[in-house]
Amino acid sequence: MFDARPQHNEYLRHRAQQFRQQVERRLDGSLTEDEFRPLRLMNGVYLQLHAYMLRVAIPYGTISPDQMRTLALLAEKWDKGYGHWTTRQNIQFNWPKLVDIPDMLDALADVGLHAIQTSGNTIRNVTTDAFAGAAADEIADPRPYAELLRQWSTDHAEFQFLPRKFKIAVSGGKKDRAVIAAHDIGLRLVSNDKGELGYQVWIGGGLGRTPLLGQVVREYLPEADLLPYIEAIIAAYNLSGRRDNKYKARIKITVAERGLEVMRDEIEAEFQRRREVFSGADQDLLAALKTLYAAPAFRNEPEGDYEERRAANPGFRSWTDTNLSAHKQAGYASVTVTFKAPGQTPGDASAEQMRLLADLAERFGHHDLRISHEQNVVLPHVHKSDLFAVYQELKAAGLATANAGLISDIVACPGMDYCTLATARSIPIAQEIAAHFRARGLEEEIGRFNIRISGCINACGHHHLGHIGILGLDRAGVENYQITLGGDGYDIPAIGQRAGAGFPAEEVVPAIDRVINAYLELRETPEERFIDTYRRVGVAPFKAALYPADA
Amino acid sequence: MSKGFTPSPATPGVITANDLRMGHCVWMRDGKWTADPREAELFEDEAIAELALLDAIAQADQVVGPYLVEAKRGPDGRPEPAHFREAFRRTGPSNYFHGKQAEFVQSELEASNV
Repeated sequence: MFDARPQHNEYLRHRAQQFRQQVERRLDGSLTEDEFRPLRLMNGVYLQLHAYMLRVAIPYGTISPDQMRTLALLAEKWDKGYGHWTTRQNIQFNWPKLVDIPDMLDALADVGLHAIQTSGNTIRNVTTDAFAGAAADEIADPRPYAELLRQWSTDHAEFQFLPRKFKIAVSGGKKDRAVIAAHDIGLRLVSNDKGELGYQVWIGGGLGRTPLLGQVVREYLPEADLLPYIEAIIAAYNLSGRRDNKYKARIKITVAERGLEVMRDEIEAEFQRRREVFSGADQDLLAALKTLYAAPAFRNEPEGDYEERRAANPGFRSWTDTNLSAHKQAGYASVTVTFKAPGQTPGDASAEQMRLLADLAERFGHHDLRISHEQNVVLPHVHKSDLFAVYQELKAAGLATANAGLISDIVACPGMDYCTLATARSIPIAQEIAAHFRARGLEEEIGRFNIRISGCINACGHHHLGHIGILGLDRAGVENYQITLGGDGYDIPAIGQRAGAGFPAEEVVPAIDRVINAYLELRETPEERFIDTYRRVGVAPFKAALYPADA
Repeated sequence: MSKGFTPSPATPGVITANDLRMGHCVWMRDGKWTADPREAELFEDEAIAELALLDAIAQADQVVGPYLVEAKRGPDGRPEPAHFREAFRRTGPSNYFHGKQAEFVQSELEASNV
């Protein structure tokens, strides 16, 4: 199986060499573009609006300091000095030259990174909770299972030509932070009534042009049966998923058209056959991966002057109020470093910022870094006595914006500024909304708020899951933005509902402003979030705010 | 490959693609490729445009995905984009000044120093 350690990897070097030869054959005319395109896509190479784009897999968002420094090297040497964190915990480089990409893949191979299966109709990067192994509410660390799935799925011969792309998410917390219900397969780690660990298995979720929440296909799957059961799901889908229409090819449509019960019967029958073939080697590997992801040697020390610093420094206090998450280890916290500073493109990180994070992870963070699906970076394990030092270094690099989970922590796809599929821009809309509410000084008063923006119906910005979602479209040659309300990617998964007619670009900020004003008037307490108010009062007052002329 | 219009004097078109090796946007002029959209050839005749597009498709050793797209004739006679997508392909992304817009400033600086 594929070796995933963050070190030089001969197999990945071999794969990079294969791609180098494919590029040479494309340039000398031996391969046509039609022949070359699937080969480059298998290596994460897209052709976008202004340039090629290389998407590098960051397995379940987990990355070591050395790997982060390699991303910085790629940004500096072969791109324009930065990369873009994606909503699937990966990184995209927006400006590589085709002729340089083999060298980039070589550099990645030297630290065990690659771009395999970051495109194509294959099993994509497995995603999970950015706070895995750290969260206070965790039932079990999802990373060993995510890694087992990755090693099994990388170059899995049976699943290289699925009807469509396939995304698996694993969540280990009591609270789901991996958006299980919006994936082709979602796995929640659970205990049965005997206290044995296993999985609740969801299938058939997805966003895109037909947003659907997944359904539970099995309430409890024993821990040891993970791979045969997942194999059974994908084998059943591989046979019955539609190949006649790319827009109806995802498993969510297969489940919706054929019914969950039909799929479940096929999966169970296939599962019985497949389980016979598994020899137990997968369980040996899982045991080794649990050791690999054992908790670091946490320090058992007092918090030092943490509380005094908080009391004396309002900026630090504000940052600790918003950007820290509860850690399972006393004396520790998880730090969210948002890439949503004023005027910043959501998720863009410079090479210098990447290097700083690598240094901070080594000095203060047990050598661990995560990319979150909100396009931020998490230092999962920081002792509270070190938080002020971490804060000061982040602040000097423009990375200490105290807005994690607030209205300016906006998720946005690259949109038509980069993407060839986009129908409108996302980034300027995100920048304008963030700037507006910062200027009004309302961010903290509004509290937890989730805006998500996609520049086309494919929904890479997960707009359906935003409390407010924004979808950019082309209406008769002009950018136009549809607004959805009431989505939720966290507590109670919900697909946002389209509020009504779209808005031209310059009317989006005033429209959102009216919704926020309505919310601030309607909420019963400052603790009641927008989504809580929405669920209590319904969509009507917010529709009225959006479309005052109709009211 | 033409995108929903017929080249005519009222609705001229340009042929554009991405450079195979580097990936940047290029436009066709006299059967060759330029990175400067202001140099693009305006096609006002359907048959000539279709022949030129066949020529562009045949140049797969240089460009990827050539297509004919509607444009406008600007006041100076040079082509201008008819749709915002093509406008972004001319200028680069709106969040940074390092796409084509920066290259133009550089090329104009160089031109003024000649």
